[in-house]
Amino acid sequence: MRHYINYLLSSKLRQNRSALFCAAGILIIVLALSLAVTFPSTAMMGHGDSEYGLNGLHLRPYMMGTVGDVDHSRLDPTKYLTDVLPSTVSTLPDGRTLRTFEIYAINKEIEIAPGIFFPAWTYNGHVPGPTLRAKEGERIRVNFKNLGDRPHTMHFHGFHAAAMDGSHAHQLVPPQGTFVYEFDADPVGVHLYHCHATPLIQHLHNGLYGLWIVDPKEGRAPAKEMYMIMNGFDPNFDEENEVYAVNTVAFHYNRHPIEVKQNELVRLYLANMLEFDQINSFHIHATFFDYYPTGTQKEPRDYTDTIILGQAERGIIEVRFPEPGDYMFHAHKTEFAERGWMGLFRVMPTDEKTTVQHGHHDLVK
Amino acid sequence: MEPIRSENKVTRLKMISLALGPLVLLGLMIGAFLSGGPTKIFQSDLPAVEELHVLRHALAKDEITLEVINAGPDPVTIAQVMVRGAFWYHEISPQRTLDPLKRAQVLIPYPWNVGEPVEILLVTSTGVTFDYGIDVASITPAITLPALARFALLGVYVGVIPVFLGLCWFPFLRRLGKKGLDFFLYLTVGLLAFLVVDALAESLELTEGLPGSFHGPALLVLGVVGTYLFLLGVSYCIQQRQASNTFGPVLSWLIALGIGLHNLGEGLAIGSAYVLGELTLGAMLVLGFAIHNTTEGIAIVSPILQEKFSLKRLMGLGVLAGAPTILGCWMGAFTYSPVWSLFFLAMGAGAILQVIAVIIGQHGIKEILRPLNLTGLLVGYLIMYLTGLWVASS
Repeated sequence: MRHYINYLLSSKLRQNRSALFCAAGILIIVLALSLAVTFPSTAMMGHGDSEYGLNGLHLRPYMMGTVGDVDHSRLDPTKYLTDVLPSTVSTLPDGRTLRTFEIYAINKEIEIAPGIFFPAWTYNGHVPGPTLRAKEGERIRVNFKNLGDRPHTMHFHGFHAAAMDGSHAHQLVPPQGTFVYEFDADPVGVHLYHCHATPLIQHLHNGLYGLWIVDPKEGRAPAKEMYMIMNGFDPNFDEENEVYAVNTVAFHYNRHPIEVKQNELVRLYLANMLEFDQINSFHIHATFFDYYPTGTQKEPRDYTDTIILGQAERGIIEVRFPEPGDYMFHAHKTEFAERGWMGLFRVMPTDEKTTVQHGHHDLVK
Repeated sequence: MEPIRSENKVTRLKMISLALGPLVLLGLMIGAFLSGGPTKIFQSDLPAVEELHVLRHALAKDEITLEVINAGPDPVTIAQVMVRGAFWYHEISPQRTLDPLKRAQVLIPYPWNVGEPVEILLVTSTGVTFDYGIDVASITPAITLPALARFALLGVYVGVIPVFLGLCWFPFLRRLGKKGLDFFLYLTVGLLAFLVVDALAESLELTEGLPGSFHGPALLVLGVVGTYLFLLGVSYCIQQRQASNTFGPVLSWLIALGIGLHNLGEGLAIGSAYVLGELTLGAMLVLGFAIHNTTEGIAIVSPILQEKFSLKRLMGLGVLAGAPTILGCWMGAFTYSPVWSLFFLAMGAGAILQVIAVIIGQHGIKEILRPLNLTGLLVGYLIMYLTGLWVASS
């Protein structure tokens, strides 16, 4: 060793040695630095709890969906499913019923998927807006107040006077302004209301829409009724939805399945308010349903398991689930489904030994 | 000459206080700024600036791992992850919210397919999205002995063997006359000039991929100028100590070092491109690199042709110039980082620039203009260019 050091230090080698040392020094320092910086970060994480499916298949790689859950105290799609906006009822001099609703527009940040927040414009602080429901022929009064920071309106689908249309520029309701919309509940069916202020695409996409349902005088058959609006969100403003859902929150009904009873009649009031995409669709697994487009006719137009809807298209679905278990429902546009428009019906068994019924479409074998 | 005020006995304490004064004032201002008043003036309702950057990815069977850095000025929370347009289960460590310049590992169990591209979208809490594309998915090699050996072999083929082959021209070059030597010296300058251009172009390209907060161009300049000045200082010191003007050996070591750094960068590029699936290492490509790098041997031996032959020195030069390719391949394959790739490439450029400056400085700028020398220079550049055509992807 000493001999080697002496050799290195000998004047004979000095000229080479200095340069060599410099070069080696630089390389070693640089490499050491780079390895020190990069190596610790390459350690991969350990595996969490694993889940196994049939035949012991490791399911982890197949877990499509979001991680976590949203704060339901601010926005609760489960509550929305069955909620109707309370109204006050009085009798007009001509004996007709006057039904009055209170609606306000307000800006509110909502959670459209676990952890993803969207600065929405809402009716009554919720997206979709509250469901308005009345009986055919009733006089409707909607006291609208704009608590937002830009002009909004309410535009109802259905019969009304031109002055009640809420669509022209001079009909805009300014911030802090109020307007009273008055019209008759007509025609029977499932309809929509939405803001018609410009730019339209922004006011609609930002969340200003809701269901407006007119029940027939004689009512409909008793059923478990639910409200669903298929919608989507473009939180990065690239004119393309990143989040799709029914009733706003991605995969909400996957995390919180909708409980129904075996063979019970389930009536869905469904509308499509998706922005940016041309169509949306609705598909239920393992059963078929009666479909009443716009809910205006007494006879169903179709008996199917999949329907396609353009924007503002809506209808009534009447369905029964003959077997207990979890049944998916989702857009049969897989892209939408995998971005949040997917849910589950959890069919609870009934103790009664009832035969499997399919309404008037009984399957005969 | 004495300082004018030296007799006033400026005490050390006073000097310190004078030096620290502005710093204390700056601290007070920052304190006042943060503790209330003035910041409100600058506060706005603008959303936070979010900038996430994926530093690298690793693919294992049914598993994608991303290393993400927050390259913006504000904290960013990764809310969800999408793979090929679908929300997907994932785990983030150490946490979802990243402070500026903090890193996180995003682990996504996903049944990716070999040979297909994979698009990944990171969605932040404000709905801002950052996309990252894996061009061609393939298993990321783990640091195992066989993998190390494989990439070392790659480095040997691409960097070490070619450089040593180039050194074998030593006896031939030695027997050339003065004119021939000059020709090859300028051929060397031409070769080196190409390497500088190549390294600068590649590192410039890398700066575009870096997040703004890394200040890619500034890093590039630091690498180039810093290395240039450092080596200039080193060679100056060596020259000072040596009475003779035999600058040849030093120059050779410097060239070898410059080429070594360059080859380190090249190895990084090859290793990472291979791992990222951007490069299919066909036989032609390896051959291309080999032929390209063989010419580097000429550059190394040119300055020492008139020196006494020393096998040890020649071997040392070859190792210094060629072996870093192996290191580069390893680092590129196992710990690829665009920041370090950029820095190494820039250092290589600086080192080679310094060598060119020394050669030209020694012989005088006018020497270049002699027809034979000028021809050598252009031929050297062209050789690199033409052999570089073999390496279409680098």
